Amino acid sequence: MKYLIISLLTIFTSFSTFAQNNQAVEMADLFRSSGKIYVVVAVLVSIFIGLAILLVRNERKISQLEKEINYREQHS
Amino acid sequence: MLQPLDTITSKLLYAKWWKYLAIILLIYTIIAGFLVPVPRLHILNETIRNLYFHVTMWFGMLLTLLLSLIYSIIYLRTNNLKYDIIAEEAVKIAAFFGILGLITGMIWAQYTWGYWWNNDPRQTSAAVAVLIYFAYLILKNSMIDPEKSAKIGAVYNIFAFFAFLSLLYIVPRIADSLHPGSGGNSALGEFDLDSRMRMVFYPAILGWTFLGLWMASIRIRMRFIEEYLRFSENN
Repeated sequence: MKYLIISLLTIFTSFSTFAQNNQAVEMADLFRSSGKIYVVVAVLVSIFIGLAILLVRNERKISQLEKEINYREQHS
Repeated sequence: MLQPLDTITSKLLYAKWWKYLAIILLIYTIIAGFLVPVPRLHILNETIRNLYFHVTMWFGMLLTLLLSLIYSIIYLRTNNLKYDIIAEEAVKIAAFFGILGLITGMIWAQYTWGYWWNNDPRQTSAAVAVLIYFAYLILKNSMIDPEKSAKIGAVYNIFAFFAFLSLLYIVPRIADSLHPGSGGNSALGEFDLDSRMRMVFYPAILGWTFLGLWMASIRIRMRFIEEYLRFSENN
């Protein structure tokens, strides 16, 4: 019984030290809590949407060219 | 004149759904990639989020090359030059992913290992793998006869894919490297890659791969138009 209690205690204390170790790792917590991370995400999403629109327009243009080629093939 | 493609390939090439899926998945990747909590690890700190951007480049390269391998084999079976064009453009996008993977890897290495390039086995073998595909593109474009270029290119591509696999997935695991997933260093596997990261990581792989294939598909269609013009000029 004594050994069981001691071993349980060591296990629990080891868990708590793990938790402390995790807390000690430096992360950008302040950046997150102040909400400024949303600014970065919003900027990146806007740039990406812009690039995606450009790709969609390229796709449309090439579809038009294909249509014209198909039309010429049928009428020649 | 080039022969038409099979129905599955041409349907996928001109389909729109997977292109819009790429946009949705990547917007999700950018939002969730920065906002979803990640494991707190020493040395890596917040840079672990690079998993969604750097590691996915290599997975994108692998999937694009797999597609290229399939089309090289189909080319050898059908002798339709259109399949060779698909394989070549897929390799171009894969090489592009590879260059981005090397650059992002160097930046990440500088902040975690302290060197841009420390001749780590992982970095070196990845660079060699990318060079193999540069050689493919140079080899293909050095031949004037399109049939010859396509045939030699397709055979080389099959060889190159397996060289790529062993260079990226076997050599770094045997050698001692600082990169995760090699030597005594654990990969971002069961312990590090927790379920929250997986929820972003897998969609990110698909998103980047589809974006690359979308860019490749536009170039493939340009090449088809080019071939058509060349043919109508000759007649």
